[in-house]
Amino acid sequence: MKFTWFHLMPYRFLPDDFKEKYRSVWVDIPRDLYDPKLGHRLYNDYLDQLEFADRMGYDGLGVNEHHQNAYGMMPSPNIMAAALARRTRNANLVVLGNSIALYNPPIRVAEEFAMLDVISGGRLVAGFPVGTSMDTNFCYGAVPATLREKYYEAHDLIIKSWTEEKMFAWNGKYTQLRYVNLWPRPIQQPHPPIWIPGGGSVETYDFCADHDYQYSFLSYFGYIAGQKVADGYWEVMAKKGKEDNPYAMGFAQCVAVSETDEQAEKDYAPHMDYFYNRCLHVYNGFADAPGYRTVKTIKAGLLGQVGKQASLRREGLTWGDLVEQGYVIAGSPKTVRERLREALKSLRCGHLMLLMQLGSMPPELVRKSTELFAREVMPHLRDLWTGYEDRWSPKRLPESEIAMPAPLKFELEVKTNGHARHGAESSVEARGAAK
Amino acid sequence: MKTVQNVANGKFSVEMEVVGNGAPLLYLHGAGGLTGMDPFLEELGRDFKVYAPHLPGFGESTGGEHIDDVLDAVLFYHQLMDELGIDSAYWVGHSMGGMLAAEAAAVDNSRVKKLVLTSAAGFWLDEHPIPDFFAAQLDELAQLLFHDPNSPIAKAFTAIPDDFKALEAMYVERVKRLAMASKFLWPIPDRGLKKRAYRIQAPTLLLWGESDKLIPPVYAGEFKKHIKNSREHLLKAAGHMPMYEQQEAFCSAVRNFLKG
Repeated sequence: MKFTWFHLMPYRFLPDDFKEKYRSVWVDIPRDLYDPKLGHRLYNDYLDQLEFADRMGYDGLGVNEHHQNAYGMMPSPNIMAAALARRTRNANLVVLGNSIALYNPPIRVAEEFAMLDVISGGRLVAGFPVGTSMDTNFCYGAVPATLREKYYEAHDLIIKSWTEEKMFAWNGKYTQLRYVNLWPRPIQQPHPPIWIPGGGSVETYDFCADHDYQYSFLSYFGYIAGQKVADGYWEVMAKKGKEDNPYAMGFAQCVAVSETDEQAEKDYAPHMDYFYNRCLHVYNGFADAPGYRTVKTIKAGLLGQVGKQASLRREGLTWGDLVEQGYVIAGSPKTVRERLREALKSLRCGHLMLLMQLGSMPPELVRKSTELFAREVMPHLRDLWTGYEDRWSPKRLPESEIAMPAPLKFELEVKTNGHARHGAESSVEARGAAK
Repeated sequence: MKTVQNVANGKFSVEMEVVGNGAPLLYLHGAGGLTGMDPFLEELGRDFKVYAPHLPGFGESTGGEHIDDVLDAVLFYHQLMDELGIDSAYWVGHSMGGMLAAEAAAVDNSRVKKLVLTSAAGFWLDEHPIPDFFAAQLDELAQLLFHDPNSPIAKAFTAIPDDFKALEAMYVERVKRLAMASKFLWPIPDRGLKKRAYRIQAPTLLLWGESDKLIPPVYAGEFKKHIKNSREHLLKAAGHMPMYEQQEAFCSAVRNFLKG
């Protein structure tokens, strides 16, 4: 069993009346709600948290791409992955990923992923999402009806640019290039493992099965509601005669660990509320542009992740309901161990993506939950799926060939000592460690 | 009368309303499509032979995958005319259909006797941004489309069916239609008509609802600047859907212009 510590990087400081006052956290959220000075602190706290997860033994560090929103502040996840490549040693860099239909030419993504793979010594997982409708259609203006076709073409071009030995010409419908000749080449040959994050479009099952990619279901409804999608995926895999290897499936789940079940509610309930009621407060008109989801998916009755239907389903849920219905797996290490084991087995999931910084959760709580999970939950679940080969994790350079960054010197420490950085325990700790 | 026309050796199958007798009139619907309740077609049919094809992606028409942009759509309409044996026709285009009719005229004047553009898309003025109707919810849509959003006709347009099956069918149909419309209108309904509109020779009527909140009448003025032989006509107590909201005034303006 493998664990990726996944950061969404939300803006933690939306006003209390945000939901009443504004129609959407995405696309048209007023710019003046963002304070760059707080943003500075958040980015650094969040990178600290990912680096801490690396030290705690998580297998992967997850980042992803979103635009014009307070839900996740990574228009470019590659920038975050680049920062992590230098300051982490062990964990894989799971970039889930780049919305490849948005880049012209899409080989830009092939180039940046190759850079990350080379810098990190072969620790990259390359994620290719279609991207949410808010991001692709509304923020980046992509025509909904042709988004998927464009995505498939971008995919084919990127893969060819990684696998073709010689330079080639590309005469596509959306991209034409006379000379495709990718420099640098990735460390992982012919290319890094590919994970496809999906929100429940049926086409994505086929796409993953046909290409032997890992399917990562990124849901906010938790494992109980996610069962339908997992079943759909495994059904397609079986139909196509593919191995039912659990590592071919990733699943994102909110997880929050505390000393006891009661303490977990005290610690995390307000932050989950922030997550569901502010971070996911998306105007229904932006949730699903006409043509974004195919008629096939709509007819399969799969619920969108955001928008009116999704909000209605969550409305009025108490902490007890959220836990009961599996939106969040929370409680004492024992409770979390038991629920997670049940969830992972029933989903047949070998790559868990842990959402552990949720909504407004401050650094000290993130650290507590991350540490408790690493020490008291993770080791007890490692035995799951031991009989299967994980063919979807990076194959890095051997330790002897890994380049080490020069050690940092903290001469500036004296100057910044009195500098006000309130509350961010992790950054305080980083300074302390440097002394 | 509903017909199905096979076009370009089966590349397209076109569902089409054909109504009345007289000189041929080609009606190009907007992004919302024909509704099945379009009495103004009958009314126009008293003086003209009205052909109202559903653009592929709308109604039962197929072949949408062969239409990616404005030129593809224009050539589709020209091919349809060829196969119907119509050399030249009156063209009436509404909203998105107005944009496509204007583009078709710019490509080939010989196919257009006269042109009526009503509440037409195709231009973009920074000072008068056209609201994003793709993102609009049904209640907002009623506000954008109608002079009187509480009128029975506005209510009928934006009603939400009670039973789930009908709701799903409506949703699927909306997705199909707007997915095609998005090829011409997303994210900004401007595909460069301003570069080509100078070519339009046909006498052109710019027929607008006075209280069109989606594409306000200032856009009629913009068309007038670009099309030399054009004039404006504003309809009272009408919004973006004048053929539904003020059927009589709409039809008589079209009739007078085309027969005058």
